[in-house]
Amino acid sequence: MSQAILKEQSLDTEPRTMSGAEAVIQALLDQGVDVIFGYPGGAVLPIYDALFEQHGIRHVLVRHEQGAVHAAEGYARSTGKPGVVLVTSGPGATNAVTGLADALLDSIPIVCFSGQVATHLIGSDAFQEADTVGITRPCTKHNWLVKDAESLPRVIHEAFYVATNGRPGPVVVDIPKDVQFDTLAYSGPTNVQHRTYRPRLDPDQSQVQDAIDLIANAKRPLFYTGGGIINSGPEASRLLREFVRLTGFPITSTLMGLGAYPASESQWLGMVGMHGTFEANNAMHDCDVMINIGARFDDRVTGRLDAFSPDSKKIHVDIDPSSINKNVLVDVPVIGDCGRVLGEFLRVWKNAGHAPKASDLEAWWAQINEWRSRDCLKFEQSGDVIKPQYAIQRLYELTKNRETYISTEVGQHQMWAAQHYHFEEPNRWMTSGGLGTMGYGLPAAVGIQMAHSDALVIDIAGEASVLMTMQEMSTAVQYRLPIKIFILNNQYMGMVRQWQQLLHGGRYSHSYTESLPDFVKLAEAYGAHGIRCEDPSRLDDAINEMIDIDRPVLFDCVVDQMENCFPMIPSGAAHNDMILGTEDEEPREVSDAGKVLV
Amino acid sequence: MENQQEIDRRCIAVLVDNEAGVLARVIGLFSGRGYNIDSLTVTEVDAEKHTSRITVVTTGTTMILEQIIAQLDRLVPVQQVFDMTNDYESVERELALVKVKGTGDKRIEALRVSEAFRARVIDTTLESFVFELTGAPSKLDAFVELMRPLGLVDVSRTGVVAIARGADGVLND
Repeated sequence: MSQAILKEQSLDTEPRTMSGAEAVIQALLDQGVDVIFGYPGGAVLPIYDALFEQHGIRHVLVRHEQGAVHAAEGYARSTGKPGVVLVTSGPGATNAVTGLADALLDSIPIVCFSGQVATHLIGSDAFQEADTVGITRPCTKHNWLVKDAESLPRVIHEAFYVATNGRPGPVVVDIPKDVQFDTLAYSGPTNVQHRTYRPRLDPDQSQVQDAIDLIANAKRPLFYTGGGIINSGPEASRLLREFVRLTGFPITSTLMGLGAYPASESQWLGMVGMHGTFEANNAMHDCDVMINIGARFDDRVTGRLDAFSPDSKKIHVDIDPSSINKNVLVDVPVIGDCGRVLGEFLRVWKNAGHAPKASDLEAWWAQINEWRSRDCLKFEQSGDVIKPQYAIQRLYELTKNRETYISTEVGQHQMWAAQHYHFEEPNRWMTSGGLGTMGYGLPAAVGIQMAHSDALVIDIAGEASVLMTMQEMSTAVQYRLPIKIFILNNQYMGMVRQWQQLLHGGRYSHSYTESLPDFVKLAEAYGAHGIRCEDPSRLDDAINEMIDIDRPVLFDCVVDQMENCFPMIPSGAAHNDMILGTEDEEPREVSDAGKVLV
Repeated sequence: MENQQEIDRRCIAVLVDNEAGVLARVIGLFSGRGYNIDSLTVTEVDAEKHTSRITVVTTGTTMILEQIIAQLDRLVPVQQVFDMTNDYESVERELALVKVKGTGDKRIEALRVSEAFRARVIDTTLESFVFELTGAPSKLDAFVELMRPLGLVDVSRTGVVAIARGADGVLND
């Protein structure tokens, strides 16, 4: 193989002759890619050959292609750089579909390369042939089937551009095997700009002015921020913090936006939405000006749409014009990148000489503090069974002073993590928000640890979710990634069981797992370290043991089986109609209209 | 923003890069998100720039229609989206080929109606005509209805195409 052809970064414009497979690797080097996640197979052998014994790119061999995409997502979300995936044709590509759909709903930049059968075989039902661009079309931002080698470099550079610009998302580049062998004239990513795709980044000044006018005159304002701030980059978080401090307004965030604003600040109300705090949801309902920055009025946040924040003027900052008025009609849309819009908000706010009017906000803060005094996240750790909330709380206390990255699976443990683990920085919290993919967290932790070798990376997991991608423990062991899988084990698919209790008369249909593996032995079988803890008084020691071990750890934290996740907005209900889960509360009937909602 | 629930008709023109799969992206958007397609036409309009023009007629509430336009606009190979109903004074035309089989009075009546509609006969046998007719969709509907009792056996329609009135074009932007 002609390794000498590949250069570390070839930003020269002089085209060089190489094979399609070499061009893929050269393009990755030129795009600054240092890690890819993949799995070889017949239709990508030439690309794997080009990867052989080159040292610019580390390849992480996963155990299932879904794991490759989630790992790339973890890498992308913790670094702000695109995650790169390499899979083979047919089943390789179809296995990646769940990860791609996950990345699409959470707006995560992923560039996925898939092998394809040779061009002359396409459409013949050849071995390991699948219509990859057809299958992935609705679960990618864009995709390409590259039928001639000459266009391969351009398409790859375009793919990186599309994945990372505007609202980020996953893209697929499907490359037939003969194209990987063909020779072509390679040129680097100079002048990479898509012919037609030019997302708008800077806001319209009149929209900014309208927004500031509303903000300056608000009596019961609320910031409602989302993943758009994280995607915009650390500068957006910094500007958000400054603007929130200058205005003195309360702030809440979606699941996706946690960490953009520090949870330790007094203006922070906690998360909003179905399992958000009492104070955040009531503030959403009662506010007079809602400042949505980089969130999308998702149904987990809005609850019943016709009762959603009925008396507020709504400002909506979003980079994607199709997010505006999709679910909720807004008064002032501002199209642009969250960071740039926040920069403009600050500039206009300061130029106009606006200052926080503490007296105006006094009544609003008094009301918020009354809601806060309900202490909606309180729980009681008593007896000899570990409460899941207690486990998260201890995990937080014992890891908060380290460089810690948290991923999760999906379900009760995910919501408890969002409620009881507090984030001070962006890019530290990786969770499957939109698609709700069980099995996300473990491979995501692999990707995070690849990017941050010295950090403490913890997957807060449920025992059901984690079994969906458990095979990636083998990956973690192979690459000596000391990820910590902290399993809240209640033997139930906890959120399913909770809904069956609340909506289906306590008929726990198939939500109990009879034959769970012994997670300690399973860890040992993988060559990892296993810990089991059932005793609240031993929990701190066990967590410290987990932290101190420089190897992958499976931590089986046996918790209260029947604990429910509260507070909760029952499906079909409004923000000011929450179940707090306290003893003094009557069990609530869910409406028929609510029952059909997910 | 009033009458949120009222269903309106909208004719939308979409200029796209004529690349593989672009029509599938547009159609997939409509089916995936549950939007209606009343009519759809597509063909290349600028061979040099590889630009195709898709004309789609759809129905929905104002919120849905605005959403359709925004969703079309974010597709990567879409160059521009035009709301031909709201943002332009535009003319819409459709072409139909209509086959009528019959003899005697019915055949004579079919020919007479076709003259009233200014349809052209483009094929004939002793017992059939194929008419070619252009016009607004409602005119074509009326013609087809009149032909039904006169021996209608086949209809092929192109779907609506639309263009803005006045001197300004969009292709040379």
